[in-house]
Amino acid sequence: MNAPTQQDLIGFVMHEARLIDQHRFEEWLDLFADDGHYWMPLEWGQTDPRLATSLMYEDKLLLRIRVERLKGNRTFSQKPKSRCHHVLQTPQIDKHDEPANEYVTWTPMHYVETRLDDQDLYAAWATHTLTMVGGKLKIKLKRVDLVNCDAALRSIQLFM
Amino acid sequence: MSRYSGDAAAVHDLVRETEVHRDVYIDQEIFDLEMEHLFANTWVYIGHDSQVPNPGDYYGTTIGKQPVMMVRHTDGVVHVLYNRCPHKGTRITLDTCGNAGKFFRCPYHAWSFKTDGSLLAIPLRKGYEHTGLEQSEAIKGIAPVRHVKNYRGFVFAKMSDAGQDFEDYFGESLSTIDNMVDRSPVGRLEVAGGVLRYMHNCNWKMLVENLTDTCHPMVAHEASAGTAVDVWKKMFPGSNKKPPAVEIYAPFISPYEFFEKMGIRVWRNGHGHTGVHHSIHSDYSAIPGYFEKMVAAYGETRAKAILDENRHNTSYFPNFTVKGPIQTIRLFKPIAPDRTLAESWTFRLVDAPDMLLERTLVYSRLINAPTSIVGHDDLEMYERAQEGLHVDANPWVNIQRLYDPAENEQETAVINGTSEWQMRNQFRAWSKFMTMSL
Repeated sequence: MNAPTQQDLIGFVMHEARLIDQHRFEEWLDLFADDGHYWMPLEWGQTDPRLATSLMYEDKLLLRIRVERLKGNRTFSQKPKSRCHHVLQTPQIDKHDEPANEYVTWTPMHYVETRLDDQDLYAAWATHTLTMVGGKLKIKLKRVDLVNCDAALRSIQLFM
Repeated sequence: MSRYSGDAAAVHDLVRETEVHRDVYIDQEIFDLEMEHLFANTWVYIGHDSQVPNPGDYYGTTIGKQPVMMVRHTDGVVHVLYNRCPHKGTRITLDTCGNAGKFFRCPYHAWSFKTDGSLLAIPLRKGYEHTGLEQSEAIKGIAPVRHVKNYRGFVFAKMSDAGQDFEDYFGESLSTIDNMVDRSPVGRLEVAGGVLRYMHNCNWKMLVENLTDTCHPMVAHEASAGTAVDVWKKMFPGSNKKPPAVEIYAPFISPYEFFEKMGIRVWRNGHGHTGVHHSIHSDYSAIPGYFEKMVAAYGETRAKAILDENRHNTSYFPNFTVKGPIQTIRLFKPIAPDRTLAESWTFRLVDAPDMLLERTLVYSRLINAPTSIVGHDDLEMYERAQEGLHVDANPWVNIQRLYDPAENEQETAVINGTSEWQMRNQFRAWSKFMTMSL
């Protein structure tokens, strides 16, 4: 199995954001490893997702529930649907550990979510912990640290 | 033109036996009167004393729209002070919490105050000699909120001398706080896990009412809870053991019968709770080692009695709600007629297994966060109501379900779980505490 190149990792992160922006959620879910998690901490510099609360700490089951809910005919908070938009800086490679099969990228980004006449802008850092599974890169952990993680936030309905 | 100010009769008329006028949700003048009267005449939850464990520790919050801070004085007593320097009005503390040391020092002119608010020193004090400073407001120091009560760690305050004393105001409703505290083998709670802050573009009362509204979950939460159960069944066919998250989601789509039978208890002054006989928290899996600790602390009979209580949401009028079985509280802070900050706080049961806190945090994240799909379901309904109420064709909101004229004679009762008596109870209290000083 070939280790991913730096360009593979950067391309993966860019592609992941594109899938969300284009509402290609089935393909997006497939990017997660079976034991993968999506984590959005509540605290600045949070280290523990278990005994400190988070905005999101979700496994594939919970992410799948969200994706199905977004499609639901009686999901009134998605009538009309939200749309979103990512602007990413070039991901930086923080870790390229082939023997451990672990690759970590760090990506500052702006994220816009909009519905009806409201549009909210968020600034965040995405940290992707990736691994090769069956020749493909998969997400072990996508961590999204909002700059204003502890602010009084409005609804965030899609994925950063 | 003032329609309500100084007119108790006009305010009274907004609350009929089975209907309330939309102005209680959308009118700016009514909102201002709520801040001036309702939030002054009632006991408002400030915070938990574990947030200020050491002398000099402070925590900033609001009563209605008034900035206040809870502070632990050198003698260990918790005070609640208005967060304003008596000199020029500067907010003394801006950060949510911290430690003042032995005294507060205003960052503008360095006037300093003891942690009970009294004036300690003024720089260049001789400039005030023979000016009559002794007669000024400023010499009094940081003004304290006049009435403060620390009930088993829960700190409440009342700004006005009107209204009732603490025990009289809350009465039997304190049994919910008792039960939550008793769930710790050593009878002590600690705020833990962080606070979720979720901004709502709706009136604060909609959130309070929703917590006793048992006819909405199976409708509004079909999207989240219904989908959760469907997805789980598809991903794990034939499995009986629900994962913790599904265990939390699933009861939200229980049938009407479940909620009818859970029961509601109403108390006077607008307090009440859902889940008298059972609740959405009744069927959670046991946490290993917890019951044994409770038995060791209380004996088996008492331990069982404490844990058999499964109150769903207890509403403490006006804006504080408690979920005893999972040690979560919510505070709905009014900002404007159409703007409310919902805060969700969680507790650790001292000397109980960490898994209890972990489950509480999962609950709060899944149900109460700005990123929660259950929260999204609810907020959509509140905000649609906030908009819909501007329709002039019908200015009245209906709260008639299972109304009985005889209920006016009864201060406390246990009733069908889908009754709207508790909503009517809240509005009777609203009318009382709004107008007693008007």
